[in-house]
Amino acid sequence: MTRYIIRRLIQALPIMFGITVLSYLLMTAAPGGPTAALALDPRLSPQQRQAAAARLGVNDPWPVQYLRWLLGDDWMWVDVDGDGILDEPGTRRGVLRGDFGNSYTYRQPALQVVGERVLATLELGLAALLIGLLLGVPIGVISAVKRGSWFDSFARVMAVVFNAVPIFWLGLILILIFGSLLGVLPMGGRCPTTLLGGCPPVHERLNYLLLPTIVLATGGIAGYSRYLRASTLEVLGEDYVRTAKAKGLRDRQVYMTHAARNALIPLATFLGPAITGLLGGAAVTETIFSWPGLGRLAVNSVLQQDYPVIMAVVIISAIATILGYIISDILYAAIDPRIRFS
Amino acid sequence: MAQAEASTPVVQLSTHDDDEVGQSLFQLALRRLRRDKLTLLAIGVLVTLTVLSVTAPFITGTILGIDENLTNPYNAFLAPGREGHILGTDDLGRDQLARLLHAGRVSLGIAFTAAVLSLLIGVALGVITGFYGGFIDDSVNWLITTINSIPSLFLLLIISAVLSPGPGSLVLVLGLLGWTGTTRLVRGETLSQREREFITSARAIGCSDWRIMFTHIVPNLFSIVVITLAIDIGVLILVESSLSFLGVGVKPPTATWGNMLTNAQTFFKKGPHLVIWPGVLITVTVLCLYVIGDGIRDAFDPKTVD
Repeated sequence: MTRYIIRRLIQALPIMFGITVLSYLLMTAAPGGPTAALALDPRLSPQQRQAAAARLGVNDPWPVQYLRWLLGDDWMWVDVDGDGILDEPGTRRGVLRGDFGNSYTYRQPALQVVGERVLATLELGLAALLIGLLLGVPIGVISAVKRGSWFDSFARVMAVVFNAVPIFWLGLILILIFGSLLGVLPMGGRCPTTLLGGCPPVHERLNYLLLPTIVLATGGIAGYSRYLRASTLEVLGEDYVRTAKAKGLRDRQVYMTHAARNALIPLATFLGPAITGLLGGAAVTETIFSWPGLGRLAVNSVLQQDYPVIMAVVIISAIATILGYIISDILYAAIDPRIRFS
Repeated sequence: MAQAEASTPVVQLSTHDDDEVGQSLFQLALRRLRRDKLTLLAIGVLVTLTVLSVTAPFITGTILGIDENLTNPYNAFLAPGREGHILGTDDLGRDQLARLLHAGRVSLGIAFTAAVLSLLIGVALGVITGFYGGFIDDSVNWLITTINSIPSLFLLLIISAVLSPGPGSLVLVLGLLGWTGTTRLVRGETLSQREREFITSARAIGCSDWRIMFTHIVPNLFSIVVITLAIDIGVLILVESSLSFLGVGVKPPTATWGNMLTNAQTFFKKGPHLVIWPGVLITVTVLCLYVIGDGIRDAFDPKTVD
């Protein structure tokens, strides 16, 4: 078990490497960036600008720049004034040690800006995951047990429609109905704006959480119900279900304790994809509902060309995804005795 | 037909049998499709929407005599039906119907082209990795895992920031990122095809690797390709509209179903009808594509009983 986990973590290293290279290359190809920000500053003379560019290392070939971005440059000497002579030790600590640079917009370390938003996204994401599972799983199991019934048809149609509706539009319509026309739910935000800032505990502002959670959970409800229907149908054909029926157990017990339990096993593999799905969906949902989370931060940072923040968001969400996949696989193997760690 | 069956059952039965023998999987699938009312309805709706979108310049320009980008502040937020604007006008006084049609042209065009592009890449890479295995397979797998580990919308966001795309470059971006699922699917199918006898015999008569891959294996992927194409176009319409809605996809004045909703929250008081139509069209189009994909899957499934 421990060896399996260690091996999976080692396997994740080349993927992490790929993600950092890919996102770094994209960032250097982007317009704007640190030197463009300097060009707009009227207080700098052209010489100062060049020196600043040299300090940022933009004249080096990209592999060198990439390594400095990844590892930092405080362990080496850098050329400060652009004359080709190494002058003093660098100051950056590098992405590996959590230094993504300063946000251009917020004038704070990018990691700190991201850190402030993580909690809001976790709150929304967990709520959506929970609703998705609580609704999707029973719907899927009941659909399979009552195959061909009106409930089954309804659930299947619902799943397809939920997959086809763009979630930004669903959000807009819900805000239009409940926020604008009926006025019973807030039109957005995480809590009422106060002078002090900050939000009360979750249970006091469930009305703010309700609509974004529903919108973000639609994908999960559709996905889990379809998946559970298929896996329950498969399990219902197994011998042990027939045995359970034959020895006279009540339907409820056969379906809920014998069938559903086994049908749930493959669900463990869904954690990894669920994280990417929730984060991607969060970008749209948070933007519509003015939810102060990672996704909205990513969208705004892209619009403002705030690259350190974009990089921090992307790399942190990629780490979360990879961990999600690893935990999924471990859970799967731990729950299902038929799977061996090999 | 039914009458003939009733009067001369024996003869009917025998010709029916001959039919069965002579039908290829493709013919069987077409016959099943013809009986699948839901799929036919979806195809009908989709074809109608596509024709309306493709002929949008003709409809709005010649028939209605409206310029979809013509702004007129005095006509802003007209209710549907007023002053010749069938679906009303938006915040800048542009005709909603004309913009919806033109937007459909852009949205469908982008999704279709990008889906074809990603399908070409996906099938080529899937066949090659499945056929050769080894180092190529490992490298492509690594690339797929890497791309899939970044939430795709975030990746698209960065790339959109880099390219600030118009419709053309958006097609490239979506196409170049969308192939991973197809590659995995095709790779798996190729792995099982590779072990069949007809491949061994092709090898025995001296076919080159390329010939085996692209004339012996690829034709067997037909149903996978068609299903993937239908569903991918649907997914890409959703992705493109999300990006355009967020302001990082296709930018105004070019209308897409997504960017028509960018300012929707400011319409709530004055023109709620403007929020409805773009979303309805996206949903209906994507729904049709999913239904068609499912219908084709059932039609080509050898396990389906007639």
